[in-house]
Amino acid sequence: MNWQLIPQFSVTGLLAGGPLALTALGLVLIFKSTYIFNFAQGQLLLMGALLTWWLAVDIGIPLWLAIILAVFMSALIGFLIERLALRPMTGQPLLSIVLMTLGLSQVLQGLALLFFGGVQRNFPQIFSTANPYKITTPLYYNGNPIVLILKQNLVWSFVIAIVCVLLISAFFRFTNAGLAMRGASEDHELAQSLGLKIHRIFGLSWALAGVVASIGGVLLATSSGLDLSLSIVVLAAFPVVLLGGLESIPGTIVGGLLIGLSQGLVAASKVPMVRNMAEIMPYIVLLIVLIIRPEGLFGQKRIERV
Amino acid sequence: MGILRPAGEYDTSYAADMATIRQPWQWGLLAVFLLALYTLPLYASQSTVSLVNRIGITIIAVQGLNLLTGYTGQISLGQAAFMTTGGYISALLVNNQGWPFLAALPVAALGAGVIGLIFGLPSLRVKGFYLAMATLAAQFIIPWFTRNAFPEVLNGAQGLNVNAPTILGMEFNNPQRYLYLTLSILIITTIVAYNVSRSRLGRAFVAIRDHDLAAELLGVNPFKYKLMAFFLAAVFAGVAGTLSAHNIRHLNSETFNLIDSVMYLGMLVIGGLGSNLGPIFGAVVVEILIELATIFGPFFIELFPSTAAGAVQALRPLFFGTTLMLFLIFEPRGLAHRWQLLKAAWRLRPFSH
Repeated sequence: MNWQLIPQFSVTGLLAGGPLALTALGLVLIFKSTYIFNFAQGQLLLMGALLTWWLAVDIGIPLWLAIILAVFMSALIGFLIERLALRPMTGQPLLSIVLMTLGLSQVLQGLALLFFGGVQRNFPQIFSTANPYKITTPLYYNGNPIVLILKQNLVWSFVIAIVCVLLISAFFRFTNAGLAMRGASEDHELAQSLGLKIHRIFGLSWALAGVVASIGGVLLATSSGLDLSLSIVVLAAFPVVLLGGLESIPGTIVGGLLIGLSQGLVAASKVPMVRNMAEIMPYIVLLIVLIIRPEGLFGQKRIERV
Repeated sequence: MGILRPAGEYDTSYAADMATIRQPWQWGLLAVFLLALYTLPLYASQSTVSLVNRIGITIIAVQGLNLLTGYTGQISLGQAAFMTTGGYISALLVNNQGWPFLAALPVAALGAGVIGLIFGLPSLRVKGFYLAMATLAAQFIIPWFTRNAFPEVLNGAQGLNVNAPTILGMEFNNPQRYLYLTLSILIITTIVAYNVSRSRLGRAFVAIRDHDLAAELLGVNPFKYKLMAFFLAAVFAGVAGTLSAHNIRHLNSETFNLIDSVMYLGMLVIGGLGSNLGPIFGAVVVEILIELATIFGPFFIELFPSTAAGAVQALRPLFFGTTLMLFLIFEPRGLAHRWQLLKAAWRLRPFSH
């Protein structure tokens, strides 16, 4: 272990956990109300970022307007996906639904490649990359104080991501639509018999997931550039969701931060093999979660044991 | 299964009742079909022979997945990772240890099986979607291992060059010769898969798929049979991975990737879950679709100048994903079910019911 690196890498890891939490939130939103785990969430993320890029750079409208338009378009895409692809699957076995979202991910990935090509693009910078924040910690190493360097774009992405998650939690907690969605997630038939329009709720969930995905996509693209591999970021968000609990919105924050932290800590190691483990760390955590506590930290203990 | 038999003819012995091939003319058809396949190099182009090789290897992988997902009902997103395992084991044994191919193949298959068993262990605690996640973990951890562990042997992300297999002095170093190897092993795996599915083992698998608690009450140990299904699926994957590695003669951590795992599941659904014809139909249809994407790609370059050379890569997932989604909505039981309907209609002709 490089002990002097640990504070820096922990903080960087935690900051990276913010966008992870936001990505995971999209998955939780859909799962909570529809019991569908959306393997195409990464492609929704990619679509949001590509649409923003297209509007802002190719067409040339102001960036803030482009982001707002892209958010609306992503919401529409999410809504259409629910209506066209997943509505016919209501009541089908789990395997069919999993495969439907996997097939969807392939179609969206193919469309993205067909219309935008596989080249790396320069995404407009939203946050300044110069002048990182410096924080002097009270810790010392070899007589020198340890200074934490926080890149502005990471800090602001983190803040925006966490604010989004909190806003969505507030939406669920305080609005009528949120209440309806929570009700629907308890029991579909019961909710329907109480007069909730369950298909409208499903559509709303998917639209919200599209919104969250496009914001996440823009945040990730502005800090790490935009190409088609953006969609695989979501693969690190699957473990976040399972760690936090499939139905838990606060769980996404805790899960995101823990996964980010674990990646950061592993990256601080001196052994190259352990350092390289950063990329599979989410999945090692995932296996541990599945073995010890399959419902996750804040999930509902609804798993039917075999 | 007395399909294709006139009414009033019954089996007079248990052997006849259990028989797979019931009529003499069916033997004839089978022989003609196999002969046509084996003599393919004589009249087909090299690219066709390569395609048939690829289809054959894919069928083996999907047959394994069918035992696990189709019959036992456990979703696995890790089939390609077990192919990687098998491929690496065999490549190391043949290249570095100088083992004969026929000895390396079963060892690679068993090795992949053991790794499959390990990643199947979470199935004892979780099921359904959670299990899919555990197998997804295999799909990340195994390729990572080949990239990072023992760089002096596994050669990191570069991967290995794999020797062509030699059996009895004959080197299978071109697609035409390799076809004999692929077909022979495919016949064996088909017989094994078919007999597993109709034996006690297969019935236990189906019982677990249909209702695991009920199966347990009937005396089927779900833990044991689930692990056996994982083991068998990974053994098939190991065979397919070995064959593929020695066919394309190169292997790295990305040779069999997550997209492949997804495609195998898709092939299974398109072909028909829990049916022995399913993997064959599915693999053939999807591989031909992908081949069509390669053919039609150039036309799309003019339509979508932004993708340029990427059109082929774009069409593959597009064709596959669209086909899969259409099948899920309109024919979730796959082509094998259509085939059964067709056979029944033929048998009952000219009556509709």
